[in-house]
Amino acid sequence: MEANAGSTLPNDSEAPRARWKYLDKILNRPGPFTDEDSFMPGEPVIESLERAKILVIGAGGLGCEILKNLALSGFKDIHVIDMDTIDVSNLNRQFLFRASDVGKPKAEVAARFVESRVKGVKITPYCGKIQDKDEEYYMQFAMIVCGLDSIEARRWINATLVGMVDPENPDSLKPLIDGGTEGLKGQARVIFPTMTSCIECQLDMHAPRAAVPLCTLATIPRQPQHCIEWAHIIAWEEERKEITLDTDDPEHITWLYQKALKRAQEFNIPGVTYSMTQGVVKNIIPAIASTNAIVAASCCNEAFKIATNTNPFLGFPETDNYMMYTGDESIYTYTFEHQKKDDCPVCGAGTIARPLQVNPNWTLQDFVDSLAERPEAQLKKPSIRTGEHSLYIQSLADLERQTRHNLTKKMSELVEDGEEMVITDKSFPTQFKYKVIFHK
Amino acid sequence: MADLPPPVQGPTAKEKKYDRQLRLWGATGQLALENSHVLLINSGPGVVGVETLKNLVLPGIGNFTIQDSAVVSEADLGVNFFLEEQHLGGFRAEHTCNLLKELNPDVKGNFITEPVETWLTQPNVLNPYTLVIVSAPIRSELLAKLSAHADAAIIPLFYIHSIGFYSHFAIHLPPAFPIIDTHPDPESITDLRLLRPWPELLQYAADKTTNLEAMDGEDHGHVPYVALLLHYLEKWKEEHDGQVPQNYKDKTTFRDIVSKAARTNNPEGGEENFDEAVAAVLKSLNPPEASSAVKEIFKAPECVLVRQDSPSFWVIANAVGLFYTKYGVLPVPGAVPDMKARSADYIQLQNVYKSKARKDLAEVLESVRFLERNANRSTAIEEKDVEAFCKNAAHIKLVRGRPFHVVPAEGSVRWGDRAKSIAQTLTFPDSLVPLYIAFLAWDKFVATHEKDALGGAPKVPGESDTDLEADNEKVTSIAFKIANDLVKEAAASIDEDEYATIKTQIGEFVQELVRAGGAELHNISAFTGGIVSQEVIKVITEQYIPVDNTCIFDGIRSKSAVFKV
Repeated sequence: MEANAGSTLPNDSEAPRARWKYLDKILNRPGPFTDEDSFMPGEPVIESLERAKILVIGAGGLGCEILKNLALSGFKDIHVIDMDTIDVSNLNRQFLFRASDVGKPKAEVAARFVESRVKGVKITPYCGKIQDKDEEYYMQFAMIVCGLDSIEARRWINATLVGMVDPENPDSLKPLIDGGTEGLKGQARVIFPTMTSCIECQLDMHAPRAAVPLCTLATIPRQPQHCIEWAHIIAWEEERKEITLDTDDPEHITWLYQKALKRAQEFNIPGVTYSMTQGVVKNIIPAIASTNAIVAASCCNEAFKIATNTNPFLGFPETDNYMMYTGDESIYTYTFEHQKKDDCPVCGAGTIARPLQVNPNWTLQDFVDSLAERPEAQLKKPSIRTGEHSLYIQSLADLERQTRHNLTKKMSELVEDGEEMVITDKSFPTQFKYKVIFHK
Repeated sequence: MADLPPPVQGPTAKEKKYDRQLRLWGATGQLALENSHVLLINSGPGVVGVETLKNLVLPGIGNFTIQDSAVVSEADLGVNFFLEEQHLGGFRAEHTCNLLKELNPDVKGNFITEPVETWLTQPNVLNPYTLVIVSAPIRSELLAKLSAHADAAIIPLFYIHSIGFYSHFAIHLPPAFPIIDTHPDPESITDLRLLRPWPELLQYAADKTTNLEAMDGEDHGHVPYVALLLHYLEKWKEEHDGQVPQNYKDKTTFRDIVSKAARTNNPEGGEENFDEAVAAVLKSLNPPEASSAVKEIFKAPECVLVRQDSPSFWVIANAVGLFYTKYGVLPVPGAVPDMKARSADYIQLQNVYKSKARKDLAEVLESVRFLERNANRSTAIEEKDVEAFCKNAAHIKLVRGRPFHVVPAEGSVRWGDRAKSIAQTLTFPDSLVPLYIAFLAWDKFVATHEKDALGGAPKVPGESDTDLEADNEKVTSIAFKIANDLVKEAAASIDEDEYATIKTQIGEFVQELVRAGGAELHNISAFTGGIVSQEVIKVITEQYIPVDNTCIFDGIRSKSAVFKV
């Protein structure tokens, strides 16, 4: 079957943009909502789109979609970072990977696949952590699109990009587009660091699940999950301390499963399964192709509009910057402007300390534990200082030993009501200022 | 590991691959996907349909077939991920099918390259398919034919547009599409029946609260909150002529009573079980009445008259309806949320709810068997189906599917019983009904324009730069007429200034649609392929609640809307 039977195929010089016939309709024509001052139809917009260097963080469920979408949106110079290797449970949605790729690095396989499928696009993979790279590296990109499953990594890149902004240099402002999914729900958001609400301002929208109290696990389990957590946290420590738990090792999961099952039988608790054991221990979040497609496409649609000015985009100061999506019951999206917080420890002025409710009867250990769970803090390895003292420092082993004795002291012995404290966590290139408010 | 039972059967290869989705729709949902055969009738740039299929092939749909007579061109390579340079000049159906199949070896893919116009004239060609997806543009008489087939064969039909920054899809579902497994929000499903307790539950509460005031701290802090609330409710009733708290004021007073009963002279300064009891007062002390949506189901003609060939849903619905008429409550679902309690007390409470649920189920099951005998039904409904219905009875959903608009070449768009509601929605600020009207106008243009005189592919507005202005004017005037007809049919009176604003909005939406000249943007097609595939999965698995029946996406403002037409 020949498409152009009887005539010769047009050569490159005749129709250099034949491949981009559809995209060019939008790149060549303004629309009723296009800002005519910033949109440069035709050659100029095509050239700036092809020149724009764009970074994709994550080559998993969202990342695979993002790479495909950007390549087919006319971006030519794409970089991708991911530290993971391919697992068989990725194959139900991470469509750039095949069964034969299991065990290989995601960034590398994804980059090669999209390069081979979409001719003319260059994709540079980096198999490692975002924290390996410095400001100079991030400075080279026009914008950054994130498809991550870790809040910590998001907070790190957010704080880094906010820190890079130099008011004298407009190029130092890197738009950050972030997507996230869970089951049939997800969100896409656009951040203009220092100008609009940032990931840290929005932290309380993604509260971590409350942990089950240790005493429930140890003495009064009621749910199958309690028995699994007991096996995971307590039984393993007691019986297999010398072996590092590897949640990807089926033997380890089987051991935990059988321990949990036995405990559940002792307490007449039904419902412990292998699959549930895996889910609890690995903190598995359900993930499907369709939600990833929706959220990734939404992110790339915004990236395309920002790069081309073909239409207004999310994230322009004082306009909508956040779209949330729910598909459980019909389809529901809510698009709104998340407000920047003046006391944001990352993008705020840095002079305002956030009020933090503290029970004066807590020990410092209780307080440290609570920081991991509080929606607005979520700090897992905090080091805590007041103006006068170092209450607890985890960043250096020596200091940890010197300050450890404070952990059993009551908060009321260590700080005053209304006193400011500075908390750092080595996961984040920033410090968090809080003002202690004692529970009445 | 000597003290442990022998090694268990780990997950199968399939369970490993599909682990992340099985946690959503389970083995029954997966089986439904594997038993389906989805047909895509593709046209235009053809991306949105292929992106939809991608999201169905990955989770393991059984079969798919692509009907598409287009030949792969350079332009396809810039927008469709499932084509390569070597496919230029070949059939798009064949090559997209092959590259999609690579995504999942468990899925069977087929293709048909015969033009849709002739293919659809053959008898019974649509019979193998359990669900059909059509992407615009398509000739309106063909779409009408597919719609008639969906009606006759009782299969779901999806119709999609992805044009520039905008997209639309509509679902034509069967006239009765019931969903039992709606996956309600876990927060909303707690149904403790505290205002309608049965003797065993009251006995449990009495046992657990005997000498409550005299209990030692450890015991007092571990009385399950359900027992606490029932205990204080009994006391309240003694002081209020046997009445439970009636209104908001009563409930807050009651809440204070419970709150004050908590002990605070302990190191924690309070009691978790009492905190839970206090938090549960407002949402748990409500009469367990069925929602109006569920009562609608009991009143539906299919429910009232059970026939020999009625779908089992209606037989069970009738039986549950009888239960509801008799007791004024739905069967007890049987689940108990986690709460502060000792293990044995909690398990005992769970068993009180479970045995009541089993008793209610047995009664419903008896009615089901009676109905089956009366209607001379040949096969018995499985007990597990009755059980699933009883468990989720409060959240059962019935969607009344109906045909979507097929814009005819001649004559106007009719809105029927939806005219009033849509005309009203049209006037809301930020309404996307004006964009829907622009899509209808786009279809009308397609229905009345041809690329050539051969009856082949229809012409879409804005394809050539020279006709851009003229096409824009044509589509705008069609859209204005559709809007006028809607307002007339609804006999709505809209303020003149307001109507002028609506016309401006329609004009802008049309202009943006025509700007695209029928082009698909990959991002918008990927987004739309995502939402459509998700709806397809919901419809096939009969889980979650599907769109009823039209969805619009505005990729400029990143907003969506769902309405029923």
